[in-house]
Amino acid sequence: MTVINTPRPPATRSRIGRVLTYVLVIALALAIAVPVAWVLLASLKEKSEFFGSPWTLPEGLRLQNYVDAFTDAHMGQYFATSVFVTVLGLVLVLAVSVPAAYVIARYEFKGKGFVELLLLGGLFVNVNYIVVPIFLMLVDWDKALVDVFPGGFFLDNPSVLSLVYAATSIPFTIYLLTAYFRSIPVAYEEAASIDGASRFRIMTRIMLPMARPAITTVILFNFLAYWNDFIISLTLLPGEGKTVQVGLLNLFTAQKAAADYGRLYAGMVIVIVPVLIVYAFIQKRLIEGMASGGVKG
Amino acid sequence: MLACLLPALVLFAVFMVYPTVNVFRMSLYTWSGFSPDMKFVGLDNFRHLVDDDQFVRAFQNTVTLLVVVTVVTMGMGLFLAAIMTRQKLRSRNFLRFVLYIPNVLSVVVIAAVFSAIYDQNNGLLNSMLRLVSLDSWQQVWLGDQKVVLYSVGIAMVWQSLGYYMVLYMSSMSSIPEELYEASGLDGASASRQFFSLTMPLIWQNLRTSLTFFIMSAVNLSFVLVRAMTGGGPDSSSEVLLSYMYKQAYTNSSYGYGMAIGVVIFAFSFLVSLLMSRATKREPLQF
Repeated sequence: MTVINTPRPPATRSRIGRVLTYVLVIALALAIAVPVAWVLLASLKEKSEFFGSPWTLPEGLRLQNYVDAFTDAHMGQYFATSVFVTVLGLVLVLAVSVPAAYVIARYEFKGKGFVELLLLGGLFVNVNYIVVPIFLMLVDWDKALVDVFPGGFFLDNPSVLSLVYAATSIPFTIYLLTAYFRSIPVAYEEAASIDGASRFRIMTRIMLPMARPAITTVILFNFLAYWNDFIISLTLLPGEGKTVQVGLLNLFTAQKAAADYGRLYAGMVIVIVPVLIVYAFIQKRLIEGMASGGVKG
Repeated sequence: MLACLLPALVLFAVFMVYPTVNVFRMSLYTWSGFSPDMKFVGLDNFRHLVDDDQFVRAFQNTVTLLVVVTVVTMGMGLFLAAIMTRQKLRSRNFLRFVLYIPNVLSVVVIAAVFSAIYDQNNGLLNSMLRLVSLDSWQQVWLGDQKVVLYSVGIAMVWQSLGYYMVLYMSSMSSIPEELYEASGLDGASASRQFFSLTMPLIWQNLRTSLTFFIMSAVNLSFVLVRAMTGGGPDSSSEVLLSYMYKQAYTNSSYGYGMAIGVVIFAFSFLVSLLMSRATKREPLQF
């Protein structure tokens, strides 16, 4: 659209192109910013303010919606569950993936090619396809253990949800970490081993600190995936305990039926704000990581 | 040292390999899930799919979304990336920040945002159309069978545009500036430069992004439909994965549901393969 074919003096031509470009880009930025800002504003509105034009500003800083969302709609409790599940998932995935990636990057062993190929294949298996068999498998395990845990153990268990998150992000995590470990020169490890450091010590004291950028990238992507997921947690936590996303979905259905939106928007803000804060801090690294890893969840 | 590999491999095998194998295995059975009688029926489930109008509809919807969303997002993403890298916009970093925001939001949030936008009476979209006196353009965005699929498509574009823009920007910014200067001296216009210089040089990146488009269209359409429309009205926005989910949980036909899963697997794999074949070119160096 900056294309203007009729010959013009270069200065005018580029000026018109520039103005058009600005208008277009700003329009797009507004199309993204306005709805998000609108949610923030609407979360401060009273019930009566939702009728009539949606463009009116809230009458004051009214925080009652947040109190209602946190307590009546249990969003506070769901928030705590989400934080727990996300943090535990991150700890688990790093605990198993970092050593595995290090071994794959640095050691030769039988069947290594097969293991790598299998993990690479795992990159293409989205959890959405396999959530049904995972659910059925957990149901089976619960049945098998019914004498020990009559109430069931594997379903409705936030720790198991974390484990599933961690397990399903192993291919991506190992893929990214292995590539990074391989880019670190072997000379550092050789030097350390001449100084008498054990293999374990080399991994924790030398490789880990050097791989910090890759580990940060992995944490960011997995944080977003775990925090934003709702299909897996909807399936694996069918009971009272929920994550914020499923809680928000319920709130969404309930408030729409009752035409009472304040609480819903407050709930949305509760879900959005942590992500936006993290994003604002790490956007540079996130975008760099995306460019190098190029993996979409 | 191999012990270090073990926990990761065990978790991966139990929660990814085994369930994936199970999708294929279960597609050959009829099974209501919780009852013990599981009957082997071979390829019967697949045969039924052909006669299942709802499945055909879900398939068509998935393909429509895949094509429309890919074309629109890719076109806009490329265009935006080109202006963001070629023209030194003053607020470039800020714009990139804003345009990437939807990509970090959850699908439930996006669904809720868009139902506020699409709301028939108090929605942002209809009230804006009233404001500019285009009343006749107002729609029941999520309630009209002809419109609903495209309403979902717009939400998908909204969500992923920033991602692809950043992806293309990163490969465009590595093209040396001299090439543009030289072709500019030869009198090439901005559009000519875009098609004859930028596009061929980022071709590999474009090809990779096509695979992302296929995977994300199948998955994102499912989660959005699940949260926004539930497949309605009258299954006019049903997509393959949401239909699979419905058969498995609502209808308790796990075998049949998994047959749909197998079809989605095969379909996305085949389309990726075909796309990759069709777009193959000699890589260009700069």
